[in-house]
Amino acid sequence: MDVPGLFNYWIVIVLMMTGFYVVISRGNLIKKIVGLNIFQTSVFILYISMGKIIGGTAPIVAPGVTVYSNPLPHVLILTAIVVGVATTALGLALIVRIKEAFGTVEESEILQQRDDDA
Amino acid sequence: MARQEGGRVIEIVVDIVLLSFLAVMAVGILRLHNLFAVVMLSGIYSLISASLFVTMDAVDVAFTEAAVGGGISTVLMLGTLALTTDRENLRVADLQILPLIVVLITGAALIYGTLDMPSYGDPQAPVHQHVADRYIAEGPTATGVPNIVTAVLASYRGYDTMGELTVIFTAGIGVMLLLGAGTRRRKG
Repeated sequence: MDVPGLFNYWIVIVLMMTGFYVVISRGNLIKKIVGLNIFQTSVFILYISMGKIIGGTAPIVAPGVTVYSNPLPHVLILTAIVVGVATTALGLALIVRIKEAFGTVEESEILQQRDDDA
Repeated sequence: MARQEGGRVIEIVVDIVLLSFLAVMAVGILRLHNLFAVVMLSGIYSLISASLFVTMDAVDVAFTEAAVGGGISTVLMLGTLALTTDRENLRVADLQILPLIVVLITGAALIYGTLDMPSYGDPQAPVHQHVADRYIAEGPTATGVPNIVTAVLASYRGYDTMGELTVIFTAGIGVMLLLGAGTRRRKG
């Protein structure tokens, strides 16, 4: 088994699962968004790792360079980063509204209030 | 030739060190209950991942991540903390075993999936065998832009980038409606 060759993917999975765990196990909404960001960034690292060629260089054409890393994952991830910040902003705006309406950003307290009202 | 080999070894060592830093940051974010510290750590996490993108030759992605992930996201989160709270109230009763089991099983399945992935940096990997060569060979002459990422993003896939702008515009409208509606109601 090629350990150095797969190390990138394994750390990506560790990061992805940490982010996933934060999202599903923590009740604080802000922390959930941070967990989602960790997850997102791990996916970016996965794609960029696949585009890398050892001994290659950044895909900007220069005289004397023959090996370039694959530019297509970079293009995909540029789009993903910008869309990611847009969704983060929307999520945070929702949290601010939830705080105004319920006075808390803890999921358990919000559910408690809803049960009390019902 | 020996120097080139040395360069490759350093490339991999830097890659491993930065990835390990990221793992440490992620665990720190998981363990801390002060949300201000969590947001700061997530900013550092973005900057380290930007450095990692530089070592993986993705310079355009690196500066976007540093500006957008490390800068704008952190500012937005700090703003949210100012409007809400900076403490996480974690009760021991909230910690259940089920999420941990789900995460471990999913992680094990994904690790199993990586076992036949091409090795990191392998020039023979399937991802390099399709259209990438054509973009590298023809992109600069066909579009006049030496940066191939820019050539693909703005010229070959220009419509996709316009679609991305639609997404950002929609999100911007959403944020304005959510936050603007609240202030109007408070006044009335």
